[in-house]
Amino acid sequence: MNRRREARVGILFALPWILGFGIFLLYPILASLYYSFTNYSILRAPKWIGVSNYQELVGDKVFIQSMGNTLYYLIGAVPLGSVGAIGLAMLLNTKVKGIAFYRTLFYLPSLVPMVALGTLFMWVFNGDYGLLNSVLREMHISPPNWMGDPSWAKWTLIMISTWGCGQAMVIYLAALQDVPVSLYEAAELDGARLWQKTRNVTLPMISPVILFNVLMGMIGALQVFAVPYVMFPGGAPARSTYFFTSYLYDNAFQYQRMGYASAIGWVMFVITLTLTLISLKVSDRHVHYERS
Amino acid sequence: MTNTQRRTLQTILTHFVLIVLGLIFAAPFLWVISTAVKPIGETMTSPPKWIPSEIKLSNFPDAITYNSKELGYIPLLVYARNTIVVTILCVCGAVASNAIVAYSFARLKWRGRDTFFAITLATMMIPFPVLMVPTFSLFKALGWVGTFRPLWVPAFFGGAFNIFLLRQFFKTIPSELSEAAKIDGASEIRTFTSVVVPLARPALTVVAIFTFMGTWNDFLGPLIYLVDQKTFTLSLGLQAYQTQHGGTPWNLLMAATLLVILPLVIVFFFAQKVFIQGIATSGIK
Repeated sequence: MNRRREARVGILFALPWILGFGIFLLYPILASLYYSFTNYSILRAPKWIGVSNYQELVGDKVFIQSMGNTLYYLIGAVPLGSVGAIGLAMLLNTKVKGIAFYRTLFYLPSLVPMVALGTLFMWVFNGDYGLLNSVLREMHISPPNWMGDPSWAKWTLIMISTWGCGQAMVIYLAALQDVPVSLYEAAELDGARLWQKTRNVTLPMISPVILFNVLMGMIGALQVFAVPYVMFPGGAPARSTYFFTSYLYDNAFQYQRMGYASAIGWVMFVITLTLTLISLKVSDRHVHYERS
Repeated sequence: MTNTQRRTLQTILTHFVLIVLGLIFAAPFLWVISTAVKPIGETMTSPPKWIPSEIKLSNFPDAITYNSKELGYIPLLVYARNTIVVTILCVCGAVASNAIVAYSFARLKWRGRDTFFAITLATMMIPFPVLMVPTFSLFKALGWVGTFRPLWVPAFFGGAFNIFLLRQFFKTIPSELSEAAKIDGASEIRTFTSVVVPLARPALTVVAIFTFMGTWNDFLGPLIYLVDQKTFTLSLGLQAYQTQHGGTPWNLLMAATLLVILPLVIVFFFAQKVFIQGIATSGIK
């Protein structure tokens, strides 16, 4: 096949994505940037107001609080989720009987719809008759009122997200199965114990996957929405579970302030980008890529 | 301690940790199952009652025909049908479009391809909420708000994550195979459908399952675009069982939840081998 024809076929094959990119990414990004400088509701056409939306955001206590909550959630959920997912994957990478059953069991939470998760955990964490507190009382620990106490409510959500780390776990599992056995054998010959093998062989070998999962985890954490929306209507208690996306959603679809919502989206975008770039920079020295 | 002893000890320890963690992971599910078959009077006891005094299987049909004064009828079967329609469309769209686009990125040479692929990867960082307002306005202008179209049409245009995954996989297929097909006179489309697609089945399964789960579970999309209760999907409809003023029929809600989760568990159970193999051999890692 000659080059020109291959190029034509190539572009033709890529066309769905090129169109999708234009319609569902490029256009919305530019439009949202424009909207963020306007006063815009779905009923009225956008009206240019310059940087007022951004100025308002700086002094908006609810926004500041939602930003704080989101970062708090991220700082809690991402490390816990990563350690949990890597730990589980290592555990599930051992050759013991019934491992397929355990793999399914630990992956199961990732299959549950967010809304079902929310309703389910409203039960588990209920202060009075919840499952968790009944168990804790049984163990003579006086339990906190998880969902009613602002300082515990976010941790309730962080624990739920850790419980659902199966998605990342499966990816780690696949990565672990790809680490050459010869490396472990060599390490064993050198007298390496479990921890040394983990530190010097396993972690460096799966480091690109760790970076990928951490990035995905951060992007996901910044967008947390459905579980808190279901479990904590309005960000209760005391708006301690009110996040970026909650405020963006409310502004866009409850208060009809779509320009303001777009500005929130852009702050979120900039934060995502900054965190990603920092992670890439920090990880640069620690991530080991195989040459192939 | 001899090596064999140490190994035995390690196996026992592994089992112990797996069982303890397994119980923690399973507890909420067992609780859902237990509650789903309880009489309403036993749903809020303290301490919690794991084994109900009677197994009420009638909760399942009751959940489907649930009728409350406050909420009216909750058409669970209609929600199920809506969810199935949207999910099937999304899975078909995602598998077809991502496969063909990934093929172009992996196997065909065209100018700007690598730059465009880099851009594609970068788009994974854009949070969906940023795009939410303009996308909504766009669908509103098209008159699509209140229909299923905003939920499935975008699936036919591919997605960065799936393209990335499939591209990595396609790259591992020896180019000799497609060259041989071409020498035999097969067109590019023919080479794609009869050489590459059959070999890529594990990776395509991964894409199908991820899409299936993502669509089946999607909450924000239906929340934004669906207006009429009759068009709701399951994940949105589940919320209808909860009432702000108490009196939520927990046993029915959990029975409904179980019915919603069940198809996902069944699909995963049957596909898990191909699924994990697909992840292992494709680009995610």
